[in-house]
Amino acid sequence: MAILTARKATKRFGGLVALDELDLEVREHAIHSVIGPNGAGKTTFFNCVTGFYRPEAGEILLDGHSLVGLLPDQIVRLGISRTYQNIRLFPNLTAKENVLVGLHSHLRAGFVGIVLGWPATRQEEKEASEEAQNLLRFVNLSAKDDFLAKNLPYGDQRRLEIARALANRPKLLLLDEPTAGMNPRETQEMMDFIRHLRDELGITILLIEHQMKVVMGISETVTVLDYGEKIAEGTPAEIQNNPQVIEAYLGRRSEVQARSASG
Amino acid sequence: MRQRWEESIKVTDILMWLIGAAILALIVSGSIATLAAGRYTSRHWFDFIIFGLAQGSIYALIAMGYTMVYGTLRMINFAHGEVFMSGPYTAYFVAASLNNSGFLDRQPIVSLLIVFIVSMATSTLIAVLLERVAYRPLRNAPRLVPLITAIGASFFLQYTFRGLYGSGFQAYPTVKILESPMVIGGFRILKFQAVVIGAAAFLMISLYTFIQRTRVGKAIRAVSEDKEVATLMGINIDRMIVTTFVIGGMAAGAAGVLYALMFKQVHFFMGFVPGIKAFTAAVLGGIGNIPGAMLGGIFLGLVESVGPSLFLDGLGIVAPYQLKDAIAFTLLVLVLIFRPTGILGERLAIKKA
Amino acid sequence: MRQGIKIGLIGGIIEVLLALVGMVEAFSQRYIISDVISMGQTLLLVVAMFTGYLAAKRTNRSEPLWVLANSLISGLIIGGLLSLLVILGSMVRLRAVFINASPDLFKLLTFNQGIGTGILLLLIFGTLSSSLSGLLFLSPSLLRGVLIRSLAGVAMAGLLQDLLRAIFAPWGPIAEINQWFFPINGLTVQGAVSLFILIAAISYFWRKSGSKMKTSLRRLPPTNQRVLRITSSFLLAVILLALPQILGLFLSEVLTIVGLFVLLGLGLNIVVGFAGLLDLGYVAFFAIGAYTVAVLTSPELGFLNLSFWGALPFAIVAGVVSGILLGIPVLKMRGDYLAIATLGFGEIIRILVLSDFLRPWLGGAQGIAKIPRPSIGSVEFATPQQIYYLILAGCLLAGFISWRLRDSRLGRAWMAVREDEDVAQAMGINLVAAKLLAFATGAGFSALSGAIFASKLGSVYPHSFSVMISINILCLIIVGGMGSIPGVIVGAIALVGLPELLREFAEYRLLVYGAALVAMMILRPEGLWPEAKRRQELHREEAPEIESASGAASGK
Repeated sequence: MAILTARKATKRFGGLVALDELDLEVREHAIHSVIGPNGAGKTTFFNCVTGFYRPEAGEILLDGHSLVGLLPDQIVRLGISRTYQNIRLFPNLTAKENVLVGLHSHLRAGFVGIVLGWPATRQEEKEASEEAQNLLRFVNLSAKDDFLAKNLPYGDQRRLEIARALANRPKLLLLDEPTAGMNPRETQEMMDFIRHLRDELGITILLIEHQMKVVMGISETVTVLDYGEKIAEGTPAEIQNNPQVIEAYLGRRSEVQARSASG
Repeated sequence: MRQRWEESIKVTDILMWLIGAAILALIVSGSIATLAAGRYTSRHWFDFIIFGLAQGSIYALIAMGYTMVYGTLRMINFAHGEVFMSGPYTAYFVAASLNNSGFLDRQPIVSLLIVFIVSMATSTLIAVLLERVAYRPLRNAPRLVPLITAIGASFFLQYTFRGLYGSGFQAYPTVKILESPMVIGGFRILKFQAVVIGAAAFLMISLYTFIQRTRVGKAIRAVSEDKEVATLMGINIDRMIVTTFVIGGMAAGAAGVLYALMFKQVHFFMGFVPGIKAFTAAVLGGIGNIPGAMLGGIFLGLVESVGPSLFLDGLGIVAPYQLKDAIAFTLLVLVLIFRPTGILGERLAIKKA
Repeated sequence: MRQGIKIGLIGGIIEVLLALVGMVEAFSQRYIISDVISMGQTLLLVVAMFTGYLAAKRTNRSEPLWVLANSLISGLIIGGLLSLLVILGSMVRLRAVFINASPDLFKLLTFNQGIGTGILLLLIFGTLSSSLSGLLFLSPSLLRGVLIRSLAGVAMAGLLQDLLRAIFAPWGPIAEINQWFFPINGLTVQGAVSLFILIAAISYFWRKSGSKMKTSLRRLPPTNQRVLRITSSFLLAVILLALPQILGLFLSEVLTIVGLFVLLGLGLNIVVGFAGLLDLGYVAFFAIGAYTVAVLTSPELGFLNLSFWGALPFAIVAGVVSGILLGIPVLKMRGDYLAIATLGFGEIIRILVLSDFLRPWLGGAQGIAKIPRPSIGSVEFATPQQIYYLILAGCLLAGFISWRLRDSRLGRAWMAVREDEDVAQAMGINLVAAKLLAFATGAGFSALSGAIFASKLGSVYPHSFSVMISINILCLIIVGGMGSIPGVIVGAIALVGLPELLREFAEYRLLVYGAALVAMMILRPEGLWPEAKRRQELHREEAPEIESASGAASGK
């Protein structure tokens, strides 16, 4: 059964069509990868799903409920959370506070309750603190809970960002290049960790990846985007042998290199 | 739950539009009432417009500095009003001594040129120092940091000049040949107003040409568009940023002398309000947009000068001229709310978001 | 060498500026050590020493001789630049332009010895002070720490002599000792020396065994720690309650002003420090609180003639509501646009209050007078000593609310918005609710402060609510440390209390504020008393981010 469905989702920036009538289905409990050359519209798709952008046309549904027109804070309440390609933690908050912010929508405490220190509020805060500590332990950061996020090493920041996303208690987790900038060992750990997330917590995972090793290693389904269109979809093995995909990558390699050199 | 949040956003939006509509309705009804009452003759309106044009072209010159610095650094140079103040205040001493020696009366044009040069040089110096000392170390800091620094620099400069030159108003010497009125097509204009408008127009056109045509101007525009690409093209970013401060400082220094010619006095605090108004002008025209800043300045000058009599008077408000500044600030807030990209729009806005 | 010359030139220009702005002369009436060194001279000395220290620190070579030479040169240049000023002053009438370049200033700069000897002395003192701090730089860190602390301590004692004298005056034997330290104007020489030795001894002891004491304190069993905590907070409470009695009338007046600014600062701290919304029109809510009380209580306008307590809730509600109303339009604005828009709001409100148009309701430029003082039963809060308690209650309330909110769901939401608005929203935070709540809370504190201010003064005038107040408050929370509650208090004492104590200083207040804002942002953006966790972080590892951040994308 599909947890996330996109039907003819379209997003334009001025004259540029970033997503062109994209159809995409993510099955529940799947690990699903979206790949494609630079500028293929992968992150744009994530931004449309999480409410950062509003698609001009088409539909995006979570469990059959439309997400189009909702604000990011409403969408996260419905059970979608994400990480970012260039890590976006709250740099001057501690690791634990970062995770606690993730729990925001699951806490009820209001102004009066907080100021008066009602027992219910205190209890809730205590539980939240425990849950945050558990999540930090889950990503192996419990010893660094009072470090400011900006002072954590790169790999820790990636994992903290995932812990923060998990604190939203998502059904569907969107990971934007989770292994970017990691060495082979770290990459392997991250792959194991992602699998672990799905198996242990039952979270559906949709990820954008550039490293083919990762994509082929963990995903069950791969979708290939190019110029905002879906050009192929299937199991990793099918994708590897798809001539269109090879064309898209090879045909644009020179252009891709030129762009990455200038940007 | 979900519904409630969504509505709260919509409610605030609707509220904003209602307020906007109410203000518009007040302006229209006030104007109609004033015009129907016929209290002002066309002479009056002409005077208001000329005054507005003169005042507005001063705002426009100051606004250039805001807009150019915003273009290259993406920061509001809050201390630009003090750059504007420093020039004419320093040049005052030159002007006064020229006046005392009688040179001002004998050679008014040469004297004015000297005053202009001193003022522009001082303002430029202050602008460059400001960039070097206060802004350059913070080039990559979070956005609020340079703004707070700029606010600090603004007050530091105000009170340093107060300490140096004193806290009183200094009366600028009058240039006698500019005091007499002249008649154009049946309307009388004070000569100094004509000079202010003319000089400002000349400066704006030459600055605009400089930016559009010269290599340096093109480099500055390249830096505004995209710093990284500009670096790759071999443009020295630091030098271009300093150049924008130099140009902004020169324009502000010139505007300062024009201001002193119009209002005949200088004071350490004189930069604050014109500074904010010029910023308003820059925002009106779309910040980062140089012709926009010019148009915005003139528009603001006109609204400020015509507005109180046109729509506040008609609403039966006592002493409408007291609210002249309130009109400017209201305009500022309204533009920031409803059209933050300005009247002409700003290409940079999209990229920033 | 080059570094020494460059830094010396900068230091010298600062010294010349200090002289020309009039600070040196204005401060010369107050002696730090009686008839030996005045505050004005101290100011010059401090700059020279700092310059020498910096020159020593920036030396490329590590040989002590080079370091010393560098600081020596910087001092020579400082002396030289000041001498140039003196020579120039003797040749032209500088006063025609620089009003503070008076004969008195030149007398001061030449030590009253005429030009020739004066210049010689200037050069000698310049070189001496800077090479002294060069030596200080070279000395082992323990000695350096102790010496710097003792010097600063003596200077502080001299600076705050009025305060100390007033505090100790009524205490019999202590007053005697005090008399020995501070006879009339400044410390006595023997007083200064003994103070220096005392502070040196204490700080030596602390450096040696302070950390040991701290760890042993931390190792105390929890019950003992609890007792310690309770006793110390009890002591603090007693001191706070007894403060106006200890300080006397004049200082209590200063204290009430500081208190009002603490209250304002706590409010702005929520808006700027927690939520990162740079509000430059914050004074508007102060005005709204004050005017609500004035309009509702003053018989001069005669609308309602409520008592202070009757009007107070209205004032706070008016503040909160206007906080929300002015917050709605700026919800979608970010950073600098928000700052300018709120500045615009603040000015609009001030102009409206000032106008003849609203005069029948708000009193126009003459303001509103005859505001009754608050009273409980038959006790009236009339003198500063009595009003202090009212303000203390307000500050404690606001401090408590801030403290509770900071480590709560709402406080974290605000800080998330401050750090990254988009991501905060993607974490489920409703931006509209979070921002409006911050504006409303801040405005509420501000209105409370305004209400007390109105009843303390007995009258309100539009010019009490200029944009300077907003800048003042912003400055104090930044100097104290953004987002830090004790920082607000430290900031208010440093930026509001000190200028009130040093009357000569009043004129240079905003000059120093401006310089402080710039310097803080460049050198110490976390403030004097940063948030506890940030301080821990800074101690854990000297954050390398500042250096790596600058120059990274500047295209070098």
